[in-house]
Formats: sequence, structure tokens, C-alpha cells
Amino acid sequence: MQLGRVVGQVVATRKDDALEGKTLLLIQPLDRQGRDRGRTLVGVDAVGAGPGETIYWCRGREASLAWHPHQTVPTECAIVGIVDSVTID
Amino acid sequence: MLIGKVIGEVVATRKHASHEGQKILYVQMLNLDGSGRGSPRLAVDAVDAGVGDDVLVAQEGWSAMTSVGKPYSPIDMAVVGVIDQVHLSE
Repeated sequence: MQLGRVVGQVVATRKDDALEGKTLLLIQPLDRQGRDRGRTLVGVDAVGAGPGETIYWCRGREASLAWHPHQTVPTECAIVGIVDSVTID
Repeated sequence: MLIGKVIGEVVATRKHASHEGQKILYVQMLNLDGSGRGSPRLAVDAVDAGVGDDVLVAQEGWSAMTSVGKPYSPIDMAVVGVIDQVHLSE
């Protein structure tokens, strides 16, 4: 999984049925110091993340399993955690 | 799999059910000369590794989720070993 910050939201009224009712959040990946690093991407929120929050997401086929077994959601990026703290040695 | 070093631990009270009760480690992947390789990643901990440990990382989802007994869950990386030594043959 990877650390990121929610920097926005994407609204798409016409979309895949499995994405209905789900929030599409714009994620800015973060580096070790918590600074913006790398390109933004869109993730499907699975934990109720809000704007500005530090989160972590799961990538790849596994991301679609965040709603298993209820649904198979077409995504390769699912927000699966809201970070309280990262203790770095 | 990759060689990494555990540089931290991530605390997240609100997270996916399959991550509940899991330790989530912040791991910097390493090149053989010990330099950093890419940005650090988060991995569930299957072997009770700690900060400072050199670790073996599985970066494929099925291996990662099953290493912590959570098939069919959104887990894409796991620490599956604590490395004692790396021997280079040449």
C-alpha cells in the first residue's frame, strides 16, 4: 500500500454501476517526509476519507477486493486506511 | 520479492476490516548497496518485524493477503521474513 493525501474529488454521473454511490477521490502520493511526490491518481474510497486527510491506498487487482464479496468494483486504486500517524525512526 | 528496511509503523484507526489488528509497517526498499530504491511502501506484517529490521517483502497481492490469513482482501504487500544476512556469491 502507499501513503497519500486526499486533494480533491472526481464527480462522474455516468459511470460503471459498481461505482454508483462511491466517492472518487483525487490522491497525491507522499514521500517519506510527507511531502507531495509523484503524480496524482483517482481512488475509490472504502473508508470514508475526507479532503486533506492522509490516507493509504491499495493498488492493483487487490484494490477491487475492498468490497468483496458484495461487489466487484472496477478499480486498481482503493483507499483502505486513514492515517493517524506514521512513526518514522 | 524485495529486500527492505522497516523505517516506521503506521497507525490508522479507521481502515478496511481486513487490516484490523494488523501491524502496518512503513518499508523502504533497498538496493544491494543499501541505498534506497523508490518511495517507501506500506506492508502488513506477517512475521512481527520491527522498526530497523531488514526484511523480505512480498509485493504481489495474493501472497501478501494470504501471508496474514486474509484471502480476498485489499492488501498488496506484506513483510514475510526478517533477514539475518545476505550473501553475495561474487
